[in-house]
Amino acid sequence: MTQEQSPRDQQRRGFLQTTAGLAGASSIGPVTLAGLSSEANAQSKPAEALKITPEKGARLRVLRWKRFVQGDEDLWTANTKKFTEKTGIEVRVDNEGWEDVRPKAAVAANIGSGPDIIIGWFDDPHQYPDKLVDVTDVATYLGNRYGGWYDLSRRYGTRNNKWIAIPLGVIGNAIVYRESHVRDAGFDSVPKDTAGFLKLCQALKAKGTPPGFALGKAVGDGNNWAHWLLWSHGGKLVDEKGNVIVNSPETIAALEYAKQLYETFVPGTLGWLDPNNNKAFLDGQISLTANGISVYYAAKNSPEPRLQELAKDINHARFPIGPVGKPTELMQVTQMMLFKHSKFPNAAKAYLAFMMDADQYNPWMQAAIGYVSQPLKAYESNPVWTSDPKHTVYRDGAKIMLDHGHAGPLGLASASAMADYIVLDMIAEAASGSKSPKEAAERAQKRAERYYKL
Amino acid sequence: MASAGGAAQLSRLLDNRNVLGALFMAPAAILLLLFLTYPLGLGTWLGFTDAKIGREGVFVGLDNYAYLIGDAVAQLSLFNTLVYTAIASVLKFVLGLWLALLLNRNLPFKSFFRAVILLPYIVPTALSAIAFWWLYDAQFSVLSWVLTKLGWIDHYIDFLGDPWNARWSTIAANVWRGVPFVAICLLAGLQTISPSLHEAAALDGATATQRFRHVTLPLLTPIIAVVMTFSVLFTFTDFQLIYVLTRGGPLNATHLMATLSFQRAIPGGALGEGAALATLMIPFLLSAILFSYFGLQRRAWQQGGKDQ
Repeated sequence: MTQEQSPRDQQRRGFLQTTAGLAGASSIGPVTLAGLSSEANAQSKPAEALKITPEKGARLRVLRWKRFVQGDEDLWTANTKKFTEKTGIEVRVDNEGWEDVRPKAAVAANIGSGPDIIIGWFDDPHQYPDKLVDVTDVATYLGNRYGGWYDLSRRYGTRNNKWIAIPLGVIGNAIVYRESHVRDAGFDSVPKDTAGFLKLCQALKAKGTPPGFALGKAVGDGNNWAHWLLWSHGGKLVDEKGNVIVNSPETIAALEYAKQLYETFVPGTLGWLDPNNNKAFLDGQISLTANGISVYYAAKNSPEPRLQELAKDINHARFPIGPVGKPTELMQVTQMMLFKHSKFPNAAKAYLAFMMDADQYNPWMQAAIGYVSQPLKAYESNPVWTSDPKHTVYRDGAKIMLDHGHAGPLGLASASAMADYIVLDMIAEAASGSKSPKEAAERAQKRAERYYKL
Repeated sequence: MASAGGAAQLSRLLDNRNVLGALFMAPAAILLLLFLTYPLGLGTWLGFTDAKIGREGVFVGLDNYAYLIGDAVAQLSLFNTLVYTAIASVLKFVLGLWLALLLNRNLPFKSFFRAVILLPYIVPTALSAIAFWWLYDAQFSVLSWVLTKLGWIDHYIDFLGDPWNARWSTIAANVWRGVPFVAICLLAGLQTISPSLHEAAALDGATATQRFRHVTLPLLTPIIAVVMTFSVLFTFTDFQLIYVLTRGGPLNATHLMATLSFQRAIPGGALGEGAALATLMIPFLLSAILFSYFGLQRRAWQQGGKDQ
């Protein structure tokens, strides 16, 4: 999509074209999911159409996580309404707190009833792959049309080369910092390597403007940066086959690094939950942390002049790269699952494809103001990433991140290990000095073995 | 004819005391079976399986228990729970009794004070916990702010970021919330003690301390037993306060068995293990009940006699 196109232009262009003549007046005809000609949408390549015939009288129930920003929900609802108008398929969308969706999805999978589509997290689909409808046709269609899926999207969405879910996006995470404080500490920008990063944090601390990363039970912020730290030094919970190998020299190196980094933190990070770093940053108590785009937005959209000023001083950077020499970040991946218990799988597939199509996805991602980044390469050019240069860092979620089960298989074990905070606990124990790095790694090894024994 | 015979039979049946008794008992029995016995039984059963959320498990015997006993985090949660319960219960008892004795006097605005001390108890825990979360915030704590302004401390107290600070902080919040319950119940007990007993004791020359020790305390013991049993049970199974304040952190120092059980069972998906951890709480709860039943309700002691 080019930047000049307004959302209204996109909406005017038809997306779903019902093949005329085939359908009776009362039923819904086959829906061809390739309504756009290639010149109307520069971004999409001419691709094979996806032919789906929604079931007669289909109605859908969708369960999704409750929005982080209002625009997300507004556009999701508007897109859903558009779908209903075009196809006559009624869709009910329920919202649940983001941490409550996982257990609900698991129960729905087990008892074989519940919403047709659930928008869940991470490796949810890999915990009950046999309960999910194969959506390879939809994924292939979308991939061909929108520049292909990122490898990470493929890793989360497929199992044995079959798509079991449609990745919806990545909740971006990055280093958030105060430009002036970093400059005062003698740095032009955030160093791109872990050694330089440590020096920056030490300099910030010396200047009385320390960094702070959550080490308490912070589901998002804590897990994200803890996994980055472990992986950046080559440590990992498991190898490719799922053997637990966390008690390794690489992990010890990561933990030694964590100890040095922790010394530069503002006091109290061991008890920090998800909201703490936002509060501390916006109050000016920390100059650098890891977070979604929410800190910046809270400042930018605040009526307070002090926060407006702060917003001008905020910038974002990628996490530094450690001795392994490549990015090792973790972010929240969200996926749409279609359950076998759905009575209207074709209608549901049409909905999945519709919501992911450029005419819906681009305005939606724009409305989510950078919280969610794309799983499909073509959407990189969405203006949300360039309208404000400070957004750009959040564009590259799926492109650079690793999956949370790295380097092992995704499934119940990887889900449980993260929910039990094994990596985060290990980092916190070693960083705070309550356990030696060796002890912390041994404890994590023991705990992880329990889950990966399955 | 047949229906008339049936009706007669039914009315004869309803005249039977045993049948009627069973019938009247049935609703209560069904409620107990359905909502107490069944969930408890199911929970115990799950503890012996490797059930995951969304996946039925198979019987694994004591496997979950064997693992939990060797698991450092589970051990720590047991330690935390015992410390939390013991200290908070003792504090709640002492403060509650003290408050009850004060409120039992003829104070001005007596009913106002009696109503007001209930406030911490009637505010939903989740809400008061959020208030405490701000009070304890590492950066924004008003407590730290006041102490700094007074010049008593030179840096903010790390209430929730240090293991022992966090334990004391959560205990303080729990005590704040639990004292009114203890105080009001004990006050009710105090009101049942006839003033004539105190007058008689006073006439015999008993001092205030002696009257408390030999009149008030023995007569209050049955109430204390019941109140403290409940207080211990509530504290031992506390969840909301911890979940809002720390979620079990820092370094799992405030993870109670209830919160760890939730973490493993629901977000973690290990339903069997979580259930086993919850089941492990039962022996402790049972012993608290038995202690109050056999230890504090001995009639001889209450009536001023000596233990046999």
